[in-house]
Amino acid sequence: MRSPNRTNQYRRTTSLVRDSSLVWLAGGIVGVSFGAVSVAGGLPVWVPVLMSLVVYAGSAQFSAVGVLLAGGGPLAAAATGLLLNTRTAAFGLAVADLLGPGRATRLLGAHLVTDETVAFALAQPDQSRRRAAFWISGLGLFAVWNAGVLAGALAGTALGDTGRYGLDAAFPAVLAALVLPALRSDRGVRRAALLGAAIALTVTPAVPAGLPVLLALAALVTLPAVRR
Amino acid sequence: MNATGVMILALALGTYAFRLVGPALHGRVEIPARVQELASAGAVVLLVALLATGALTENGGFAGWARPAGVLTAVVLAWFRAPFAVVVLAAATATALLRAAGVG
Repeated sequence: MRSPNRTNQYRRTTSLVRDSSLVWLAGGIVGVSFGAVSVAGGLPVWVPVLMSLVVYAGSAQFSAVGVLLAGGGPLAAAATGLLLNTRTAAFGLAVADLLGPGRATRLLGAHLVTDETVAFALAQPDQSRRRAAFWISGLGLFAVWNAGVLAGALAGTALGDTGRYGLDAAFPAVLAALVLPALRSDRGVRRAALLGAAIALTVTPAVPAGLPVLLALAALVTLPAVRR
Repeated sequence: MNATGVMILALALGTYAFRLVGPALHGRVEIPARVQELASAGAVVLLVALLATGALTENGGFAGWARPAGVLTAVVLAWFRAPFAVVVLAAATATALLRAAGVG
């Protein structure tokens, strides 16, 4: 009885690809603006392109380039980016069991851990679908992100002000669509998440970029799993 | 290799090390169910904090009204289970329209 299984798997793959494609589209557009912003600020094309391949973390890349363009120097740029990326350690723990048992898949999968892919995978209803979602979303986003950055870097300043298209609202909107099911179903997590968001917003004006989101984790103490 | 190249490689190596913590521990160290439960709750808390700061702030200050209004549109639509594509496109469209109307 292999063929019904195979049909189900095919259906699942196409539905995950369909749902991921908007995450990819949003990522690709942000990638184009990253490439364009970097080159328009005076960096050579290879800087955003290499960074996107080996760092592969949008917010850290924007911040590192922002520090460079503001004259902050490479050391400050790397420190800012690293601080922002400490959260990927928590994400790596959350998706570790989705990467499979092999050493190669774990080494490759770790590089694909991003905000969007983790949110997309965890939003799926069961374990095998979560695993498929991680790889489909992760590999697709890696391809689209890097293609977008290259295109943006080559196009340079021809795009004009990307804020005009409202694209800066797309990334938080993607996160909203992906985390709402988890917030709806679990009251304890909802309370912790709202408290965490309040903490992050309160400290944002006072602390370096990257820290507010980490401080939000303090809200986990309200969970019964911690208190008992 | 110039200083910018070294910065990119240092950032890449550090980021990869962070990402590898979870997958490297998995299967080698017995992770208690409570810690795993906390890790997935922690992921949701981080994502919601990113959502809130990404919607409302820019470089440590207020991002203006257009972006949070677009994101609020997305939250309302997602709450009523609108399709993913509708949620994301509505957010960008609302923000773009507000900016075209002169709202920051």
